[in-house]
Amino acid sequence: MALVALIAFNVANSIAVLVLLSLGLGVIYGMMRVINLAHGEFLMLGAYTTVVSANAGLNLWVAMLVAAPLAVGLFGLAVERLFIRFLYGRIIDTMLATWGLSLAVVGLVTTVFGTTVRGVSAPFGGFAIGGYQTSVYSWFVIAVAAAMAAGVWLVLRFTRFGLVVRATMQNPDMAAALGVSPQRIYMMTFALGSALAGLAGGVLAPVSGVSPVMGGAFIARAFITVLGGGPAIVTGTSLASGLFGSISEVATFFTTPVFGQVALLLAALVMIRILPQGITGSGLTGRLLRRSL
Amino acid sequence: MRPFRPSRRGLLQSAATLAGGALAAPLVARHALAADAIKVGSLLDLSGPIGSSGQAMHATIRLAVEELNVGGGLLGRPVELVNYDTQSTIQLYSQYAQQLALKDKVAVVHGGITSASREAIRPVFDRYATLYFYNVLYEGGVCDRDCFCTGTTPAQTVNKLVPYALETWGKKAYIIAADYNYGQITAKWMQKYVRDGGGTVQATEFFPLDVTEFAATISKIQQAGPSVVLSALVGSNHTAFYRQWAAAGMKDKIPIASTTFGLVNEIATIAPSESNGVVTSYGYYEELSTPASTAFTKAVRAKFGDGLPYISELACANYEGFKLWAEGVKKAGSLDRMRVTEALETGIAVDGPSGKVTIDHATHHVVRNAYLARAAERKWDVFQSYPDQAPADTAAVCDLIKEPKLSKQFVIDVKT
Repeated sequence: MALVALIAFNVANSIAVLVLLSLGLGVIYGMMRVINLAHGEFLMLGAYTTVVSANAGLNLWVAMLVAAPLAVGLFGLAVERLFIRFLYGRIIDTMLATWGLSLAVVGLVTTVFGTTVRGVSAPFGGFAIGGYQTSVYSWFVIAVAAAMAAGVWLVLRFTRFGLVVRATMQNPDMAAALGVSPQRIYMMTFALGSALAGLAGGVLAPVSGVSPVMGGAFIARAFITVLGGGPAIVTGTSLASGLFGSISEVATFFTTPVFGQVALLLAALVMIRILPQGITGSGLTGRLLRRSL
Repeated sequence: MRPFRPSRRGLLQSAATLAGGALAAPLVARHALAADAIKVGSLLDLSGPIGSSGQAMHATIRLAVEELNVGGGLLGRPVELVNYDTQSTIQLYSQYAQQLALKDKVAVVHGGITSASREAIRPVFDRYATLYFYNVLYEGGVCDRDCFCTGTTPAQTVNKLVPYALETWGKKAYIIAADYNYGQITAKWMQKYVRDGGGTVQATEFFPLDVTEFAATISKIQQAGPSVVLSALVGSNHTAFYRQWAAAGMKDKIPIASTTFGLVNEIATIAPSESNGVVTSYGYYEELSTPASTAFTKAVRAKFGDGLPYISELACANYEGFKLWAEGVKKAGSLDRMRVTEALETGIAVDGPSGKVTIDHATHHVVRNAYLARAAERKWDVFQSYPDQAPADTAAVCDLIKEPKLSKQFVIDVKT
């Protein structure tokens, strides 16, 4: 019984990690069809902001929950103004530009901080489920992921900004005719997506190996989750995280870590075959969730 | 704002400087060639996931070259290091290996960090008859007369670590290792030594290098309830294991012994609350307090500063490997590959920072000291030393005196 509870907790943690990794990417891709290949590096910058400012004496919670999203959000804003805004509607060009950006960011961080950096350790310690020890920090990861998803959903659903964003996403020309500046909305959405990536990187920093190249380990899972989720940003990303997170975690537990990765990729393959537009974009689920966000 | 208008005189001056520079450049290059330096190749990852290991290795080989040149060079000629950053990418290893052998025509190559990279470049140097030194601790078994392996192998380190773990903590072991040749083969050695010590292996798990989530594994380990976890995890992504292990409160419940912990600067990057108590065995630790060791670390720190990562066995063995080669050249009185090889095979030894390092003819490995140490407050507390350890693992399968034509890597056959 304790083992079942433990596995359930691990599955929840694994889903939460996927939500954290992919929500920022989902916002940017879902809104603007911009494929941000530097997303992994945005996560890395969030982690670096956290460890560097925490080591410099900033309170860990402030470093994680305020400094990381703020810094990476501002960085995203600069990136949007300097590169992305010239490339809207040119998917291949944005991919190339963001890929180049990712190389530049890795190089820059390596030059400034070296290949390793003194990390921060996770607060709270462990707790027991039955006879098994597990991490209290996972609760925090789960809580942040849930708050992030709920927050984005609430903003999109209930605020004027959310309404304008959704309108711009559906039909930028019509929105512009009604007095909205799509350029401004794109800029703000890109900054928001970047800030979410920064927050995720910050929250994962204490349980990750923080290095300039850590983004590479995250990027594939983030993309698979976003594409699997389909057009509805929050619902899609959450459902896809739920599906892929449970499958890979259960597979890892009962077989090996190698097969856990294989299972995730297999699940994604099968799903994209059945639902080519993702969970919220095609098939029965697509019709049911057509109006979701 | 006034538009920028260059004056005629300024323009002429810069044009003259440019032309002068263009004319002078080939002269400078020709002059450097005329000095007739001996070129020594080096292939190390200075960036990417393996970069933190490579940077310290690059620093120590530069120090070794500099010391040699200050002392008058080799055969009366200065030595020039040609290094390429392989960026933790195997394709670049193959590419730069060919470049070193064919274009730069170096006298020897010191390099390769992961076993995967070694096996990518070893055949290249065999083909183009270039002497090759691999100065990194590894899984053992390379049997190749054109190659010298100067790092420790499992018989020298794992064979100290595992018996210590079994005697200190108990007989049940759980093995976790990186999923490529180093991890796979090291895991086999761990299994062998656990069995030899009368223990049992509960499970062996392999992790691809991009795995970052270890919750399921931490649960599985608890389910098995081992007396010790043996780790051969590799790279900065895998550092997450030690973090998540500590976050779950497991650190003081089940001890960890590792053949890799510390090699990517973990001792400095993760908190003492996560690293304290991990036991490792290597051929060198920066904390060793022998005069040779302190002089070495002082020289490295003086030249490269405190920003350099931890000086591990990798950095030390790269320094010693270069010195062994230099001794071989001195003895041979020539740079010819066969003559240097034969000179090295006479059992050349150097007194390095780790102690005495002697080339073993039969295996082309080295006899060297091994140490056991425990992590304590961002330092290694070296509590046991084993002088003059022979590479018994490779010696069991490889005899280059009898079969000098061999060029392969043996994999130990562990009966399961």
